[in-house]
Amino acid sequence: MTQSTLAIEASGLRKAFGETKAVDGVDLAVRTGSVYGILGPNGAGKTTTVRMLATLIRPDAGEARVLGHDIVEDADAVRSVVSLTGQLASVDEDLTGRENLVLIGRLLGYGRAQAKVRASELLDAFELAEAASRLVKNYSGGMRRRLDIAASIVVRPQLMFLDEPTTGLDPRSRNQVWDIVRALVADGTTVLLCTQYLDEADQLADGIAVIDHGRVIAEGTPAQLKASVGSGALHIRLLEPEQRPSAEQVLSRALESSVHLEPDPAALTVGCASPDRAAEAVAELTRSGIDVAGFSLGQPSLDEVFLALTGHPAEEAEEGQEPVAVREDGS
Amino acid sequence: MSTTPAARARTQRDEQALHAALAARERPPRPSALSACLTFGWRGMLKIKHVPEQLLDVTITPVLFVLMFTYIFGGAIAGSPSEYLEFLLPGIMVMSVLFTTVYSGVALNTDVTKGVVDRFRSLPISRSAPLVGAVLGDSVRYVLGATVVVVVGVAIGFRPDGGFVGVVAAVALLVVFAFGLAWVFTTLGLLLRTPNAVMNAGFMGIFPLTFLSNVFVEPETLPGWLEAFVDANPISHLVTASRELMAGSASASEIGYVLASAAILAAVFAPLTVRLYRSR
Repeated sequence: MTQSTLAIEASGLRKAFGETKAVDGVDLAVRTGSVYGILGPNGAGKTTTVRMLATLIRPDAGEARVLGHDIVEDADAVRSVVSLTGQLASVDEDLTGRENLVLIGRLLGYGRAQAKVRASELLDAFELAEAASRLVKNYSGGMRRRLDIAASIVVRPQLMFLDEPTTGLDPRSRNQVWDIVRALVADGTTVLLCTQYLDEADQLADGIAVIDHGRVIAEGTPAQLKASVGSGALHIRLLEPEQRPSAEQVLSRALESSVHLEPDPAALTVGCASPDRAAEAVAELTRSGIDVAGFSLGQPSLDEVFLALTGHPAEEAEEGQEPVAVREDGS
Repeated sequence: MSTTPAARARTQRDEQALHAALAARERPPRPSALSACLTFGWRGMLKIKHVPEQLLDVTITPVLFVLMFTYIFGGAIAGSPSEYLEFLLPGIMVMSVLFTTVYSGVALNTDVTKGVVDRFRSLPISRSAPLVGAVLGDSVRYVLGATVVVVVGVAIGFRPDGGFVGVVAAVALLVVFAFGLAWVFTTLGLLLRTPNAVMNAGFMGIFPLTFLSNVFVEPETLPGWLEAFVDANPISHLVTASRELMAGSASASEIGYVLASAAILAAVFAPLTVRLYRSR
């Protein structure tokens, strides 16, 4: 048996739902032990790609191997080494948190007692012990998401698919999820992460594929990707809006970049390559007698990445997933 | 921003707990298909425990049916409520249990729309286990629904000649048929988009089918074309077999007809459900 160093190798994956080409020729190569991010707006084909790789739907064309197993021929073998945390937290709302985990434990082959022990262990680790006996329908979004991830690692998978794990979560819950992902990876699990946030991909991923209209339009490390976009933007707020024209002059000279005037009459934004230069530019403003109320160095947003890569902003494409996978009532 | 030593210690402990929980350990052996089915059946029981409201359909409605039909139509149809009760009760039992089979489809569709199915389908288990297990779990409700009807019947004067054994046999036959019929609705549950659509379509089918049977009246009183339909309706045969079993005089041909129809329904719709479920 040859041990491949690639956890996922996909070439030419395609899937259409009716007229919509949800995934239109995706190639992926994900190293074992890494976190690989798939970045794209809603409807770009992220979820459909993951669902194909997790053997939930069959590709129309193309092929992929997950940890050496073909996703069509060997789907069952794939399922025994991966787990999926889908976009809809796929836990049973009518059961308690503990029951959900015991259920999954039993289905994976643990005996009754073992499944209970494992459930308690996970509930403790994911800070759900107090809520263990409450019905999941009464959980907050963050708790539900943590339970969902816990359910995915009742038996620790070699590869984990995380589909937008922090969409809709508050910052604290988001950080908790990130910590869990980091711990998973530190312990040797490969993670395929779908996200709409460049920030999230930057925090977690070693490599990123940007996907749009079912195709990979750019690929690289977060640093490469940001470099190709221009690494960031310096946002400045002035104390006195009247000083904005002179601030504009100073900044464009200091950073040799065009200055964008925000709708807020006291704010301006300028492309900036490094924190050092940003600090210099702010110091230059002060030296010129311009009062700065505040400044921040932001990362380029997904929109800016998309604008740079495709020339169009990250519009929400038609959802290219199978109809029932989309919850329409928004609850 | 300073972290108190206590808070830091807690974080460290949390981190240890997290890593301990993530540590690699031996994978348990795969469960058998039977054990997976039973686990899904257990899930059904838990739902009954946590959402007892859903049992209203199988308890209150049949009670109302028994009381309403017996006292309102009994005199008109059979001369007296007590005489009509002997005729009506097995039919009402059949009707109310068959109505609940629609919920097997509704529950499956709910699992699909909520994403729970994705979790099950990504597990290395038999792909028919979630379906078979859920339908098996539903048989508990069937037994419950049937029991409620019989108990209410006995309370208002139903005295079957077949005694306890006859009643149990009738309930058993009904549960077997319901198990076959439930697959029709699980198929529907995977074809339609929302739980409500499944409910509406399901009742649109099951309602006329139960009324166009011999649940309420003797088929001989119906126009000829309708009588022919009612005589062919498997539900009529199920009702006749239940009446006979409760009366202690079952004929093998009626029971055979019922079992055969249940087998045909299961043989057609169970594989269809599994297929739709796999290829979703």
